[in-house]
Amino acid sequence: MGWAIALHGGAGDIPFSLPEERRAPREATLRHCLDLGVAALRANRPPLDVVELVVRELENSPCYNAGKGSVLTTAGTVEMEACIMDGNTNNCGAVSGLSTVVNAISLARLVMEKTPHIYLAFDGAEAFAREQGVEIMDPSHFITPENIERLKNAKEANRVQIDYTQPIKANSTNDQGDSQIGTVGCVAVDNHGNLASATSTGGLVNKMVGRIGDTPIIGSGTYANSFCAVSATGKGESIIRATVARDVAALMEYKGLSLKEAAAYVVEKVPKGNVGLVAVSANGEVTMPFNTTGMFRACATEEGYSEIAIWPVDSNGISEDSQK
Amino acid sequence: MVGGWAIAVHGGAGVDPALPVERQEEARRVLVRCLTAGAAALRAGALALDVVEMVVRELETDPVFNSGRGSALTRKGTVEMEASIMDGRGRRCGAVSGISTVKNPVSLARLVMERSPHSYLAFDGAEDFARKQGVEMVDNSYFITEENLGMLKLAKAANSIMFDYRVPLTGADTCRASAGLVADVGGEMQMMNGLPISIYAPETVGCVVVDSAGRCAAATSTGGLMNKMNGRIGDSPLIGSGTYACDACAVSCTGEGEAIIRSTLARDVAALMEYKGLGLQEAVDYAVKERLDEGKAGLIAVGRNGEVAMGFNTVGMFRGCATEEGLMEVAIW
Repeated sequence: MGWAIALHGGAGDIPFSLPEERRAPREATLRHCLDLGVAALRANRPPLDVVELVVRELENSPCYNAGKGSVLTTAGTVEMEACIMDGNTNNCGAVSGLSTVVNAISLARLVMEKTPHIYLAFDGAEAFAREQGVEIMDPSHFITPENIERLKNAKEANRVQIDYTQPIKANSTNDQGDSQIGTVGCVAVDNHGNLASATSTGGLVNKMVGRIGDTPIIGSGTYANSFCAVSATGKGESIIRATVARDVAALMEYKGLSLKEAAAYVVEKVPKGNVGLVAVSANGEVTMPFNTTGMFRACATEEGYSEIAIWPVDSNGISEDSQK
Repeated sequence: MVGGWAIAVHGGAGVDPALPVERQEEARRVLVRCLTAGAAALRAGALALDVVEMVVRELETDPVFNSGRGSALTRKGTVEMEASIMDGRGRRCGAVSGISTVKNPVSLARLVMERSPHSYLAFDGAEDFARKQGVEMVDNSYFITEENLGMLKLAKAANSIMFDYRVPLTGADTCRASAGLVADVGGEMQMMNGLPISIYAPETVGCVVVDSAGRCAAATSTGGLMNKMNGRIGDSPLIGSGTYACDACAVSCTGEGEAIIRSTLARDVAALMEYKGLGLQEAVDYAVKERLDEGKAGLIAVGRNGEVAMGFNTVGMFRGCATEEGLMEVAIW
């Protein structure tokens, strides 16, 4: 038993050819966020605070699909969503359809703590944000040139698709070698077994205006109880129907699986290329399985294990990992 | 008993014990009508997904329950509806929230599932999609009833008295206005989701079906919590919370939305069957007893073998069920 933390910056078809100038800042952000999270846990901050502060940091980074750097809707706008859950009490908060709130995860926490509700969205959520006096910016603040480019490429790819009911090929890459999907998230447990989870995202590139993904849906993209804390990433529609985050905990509780077994089982049941997750258990274990090409991720435990990686780790050490 | 179709419906959990008899009769009539229509369709070989949609449309259109016409009102006095539908075969799903001009939200949820690349659309984006799909749209005032306008006033008065909505008020704490409204059961005011039960509009209608081929489907629809904040989303459109269907079963929940979300109630019933090997009624009982903590909710469920199960820890739940064997029953308490 001991504290543990894991965070992710999105799972997807991250090509091995990802250029250095795109890979380096992402890795640096993961490292920075991991350090922040570890320091907070060492300072005995509650896991709920830890996951919030780490996700805020990821939201503020323009290279991940959350907060600034969020992918764009088909209308070229940003609609952000986030969710936070406290494993001790099962209290949770979620928001969707935000366009001016700098840190969606913090607004989700305020919904949890300052309203009788769990989930606020769109105009109602924006109004609540103003009532609470959280930091807001003009919508243009969140839009980056890379995402304008991603949207353009996605629309071009769609022009080829005549059948509107076919889902956008979520794994299509563009010249920049980036995946079209992503999310950020963090899970943490302290050395008393208190668990918390937080997830935040801009959603799916070229999504319909008003589309809600798995991130703000308790039990799909985010979940925490007394067994574990889970944050998922990937194709939202697949994660929702598989109730990914809840299922990891349910397998542990109802079937007696270990954290690693439960997480692996869930990931395997989702169609390949669609999901990744990070999870920690009350006992301080960590697991970060994914069935996509890669997942930006990092973790650390009190016992001294730590990892920052993008692609699968194998014994040949081909991927760019650092393990202590 | 293995095989055979079955259908269950609900019109919300958390019923005022002092509900006038004629209102109870009216509710029963609507439930019987819906069950009869659903059973007839199933006898004719209809698919589970089509039946749940048809029945919930019927419940939305009738103003008696809190969905579609007759929806509870937001604090601004408007209607914001939400719904979800799930096909156990393949676990396809569709959901909508923040609907204010679409006559049948459950049908829009189905269109999201079948005609869009997504699973969940909300507010302006959902209304836009509805327009493009050519569904029947009406003015928001269509959904608002005189009765709910009156209830909203009472809810506002009740909410402003309560400093901590989670703490049940005893008779002594209430001001005269709401004290007279409350059904005092056992010396303590009955509360649901922060409101005295006489004002609370049982959140949600729902239907679960297993058809003659053993396919399960579920659908849930609601106007939400009376006097809710604008933009508030409850459990009804959330897959795994208010609605769930898989190969083994279909579930639709109702009650305190926040409690249902926290406990991912609908998914838990199925997970208890799938991962713990419980039978349908066992899973329902376990979920209601162990998963809700202080929360108050109810649910209906059907299993692929033609079983029906229901459970609730509230004062009552408007409900009914029918099976191929000829069972048909409707109940409130």
